[in-house]
Amino acid sequence: MFRFLSGFGSYCMLMGKVFAWPEKHSIYYRQTVKELVSLGLHSIGIVTIISFFMGAVITLQTAYNTENPIYPNYLIGLGARDSIILEFSSTIVALILAGKVGSNIASEIGTMRITEQIDALELMGVNSASYIILPKVVATVLFNPFLTLISIITGIMGGWLVGTSAGVITSQDYIYGIQYAFIPYYITYSLIKTVIFAFIITTVSAHQGYFVEGGSLEVGRASTKAVVYSSVTLLLFNVILTQLLLS
Amino acid sequence: MIRAENISKSFGDRKVLNDISAVFEPGKTNLIIGKSGSGKTVFLKCLVGLLDVDEGQIWYNDILFTGLDFKGRKEIRKQMGMLFQGSALFDSMSVEDNVRFPLDMFTSMSPEEKLERVNFCLDRVNIVNSNSLFPSELSGGMKKRVAIARAIVLKPRFLFCDEPNSGLDPKTSIVIDELIREITVELNMTTIINTHDMNSVMENGEKIVFIEEGEKCWEGNKNEILQSDCRILNDFVFANSLARQLKESSK
Ligand SMILES: Nc1ncnc2c1ncn2[C@@H]1O[C@H](COP(=O)(O)OP(=O)(O)OP(=O)(O)O)[C@@H](O)[C@H]1O
Ligand SMILES: [Mg+2]
Repeated sequence: MFRFLSGFGSYCMLMGKVFAWPEKHSIYYRQTVKELVSLGLHSIGIVTIISFFMGAVITLQTAYNTENPIYPNYLIGLGARDSIILEFSSTIVALILAGKVGSNIASEIGTMRITEQIDALELMGVNSASYIILPKVVATVLFNPFLTLISIITGIMGGWLVGTSAGVITSQDYIYGIQYAFIPYYITYSLIKTVIFAFIITTVSAHQGYFVEGGSLEVGRASTKAVVYSSVTLLLFNVILTQLLLS
Repeated sequence: MIRAENISKSFGDRKVLNDISAVFEPGKTNLIIGKSGSGKTVFLKCLVGLLDVDEGQIWYNDILFTGLDFKGRKEIRKQMGMLFQGSALFDSMSVEDNVRFPLDMFTSMSPEEKLERVNFCLDRVNIVNSNSLFPSELSGGMKKRVAIARAIVLKPRFLFCDEPNSGLDPKTSIVIDELIREITVELNMTTIINTHDMNSVMENGEKIVFIEEGEKCWEGNKNEILQSDCRILNDFVFANSLARQLKESSK
């Protein structure tokens, strides 16, 4: 409990430093563009692949679980659509990004710490926390909503492609289903979650990396912790946000 | 001028620095010597404020550095340059970008002026035609020299070097020593160098502070060091057989 509180305290203090007003905008801008590429663009591949297959599986499972003459077939499309939008493309994708982006951030910052690069920044009079972490936060918070949209689209396409070729649903039924009783707010809900999850993943992982002490062993440990802590925090917030936004 | 008064620092219950006082004057190369693990790096990091001291005061000219907050320190830090023991170059940037970084951050020079200054500094440390290499592509000694270039690019008033010539061949090592001495005089900097290289002690030692087990044992210059009766210092200075033989024969 004490460990948790002191960890939370140091997290809050770090955030205070991160969100200090940057002094050289051009440099922050340049860094943000760099992070957009390395944390955002480079995640498109994994998100697309996973979303495609998960969309396919969700469609098949929905189909096999509702093999009942009473249910019209288009409900399969509707069910797949809603699971993808509500839960899959925000939460599951965020968990996968916590693994990919979170460990990347923690080990990068941790290495900068143990090789004294952070000390070098501080010594020059640069706010190292803000210089290193702020661009990452801005980049992921801006870009992850696009990842979520990409995920929704490829997920639904995966469902359609595999569902129709496996013969569990016709193309018309599926397309009718994914349009049926569509609630646009669900997309908003999903994007709000994504933004908050992106913030959690980046800041929790950065916090783990920033305070590494020791050597490469500790950097490895920090990157594992970053994935675990950001996943758990994210799941906790998933419950809270769902209650707040959907009730 | 940098003045340290009664500095103490512990990690946990382990006392690493014990009541060290010293004055470092501008225009001189001040050396801190001592064997590995004696606390040189910790002392240097306390002086620049990367580590907080437990007790004692640090003065930069007339400013009490240990009494300043982050903002106040920042102003002084803009006048500091430091060479870290492990170079601490930014991995994600090329040599040129590393050296240019302080200029980007703190000046409003035009790109051409920056490039000229960067090349001038790289030239001074004998790094040529390597602007676009990354730190992982450099040898240890080259990293050191690029790090020195980065430390002096803003013409600092206070320069700190943690073992500038460890891992360098004797010739390059002398070049680096001379370079540091030259720019120290040229810019009237207060330079503090950590070293256990006796060669550069005898070349550069206008003021020497000897630290042993976290305590200051001896203080003087390169002429006095050979005559001192401090036993621990003699053990350190005459650790190698050549130096011992020279001392024997000079008696
Ligand atoms: N962050 C730290 N936590 C705990 N102990 C430390 C820390 N940094 C240094 N020490 C201890 O302080 C002592 C002095 O270390 P320091 O790095 O200053 O030695 P040094 O004189 O620079 O040695 P070298 O010449 O090998 O660089 C060492 O015994 C080291 O174990
Ligand atoms: Mg050292």
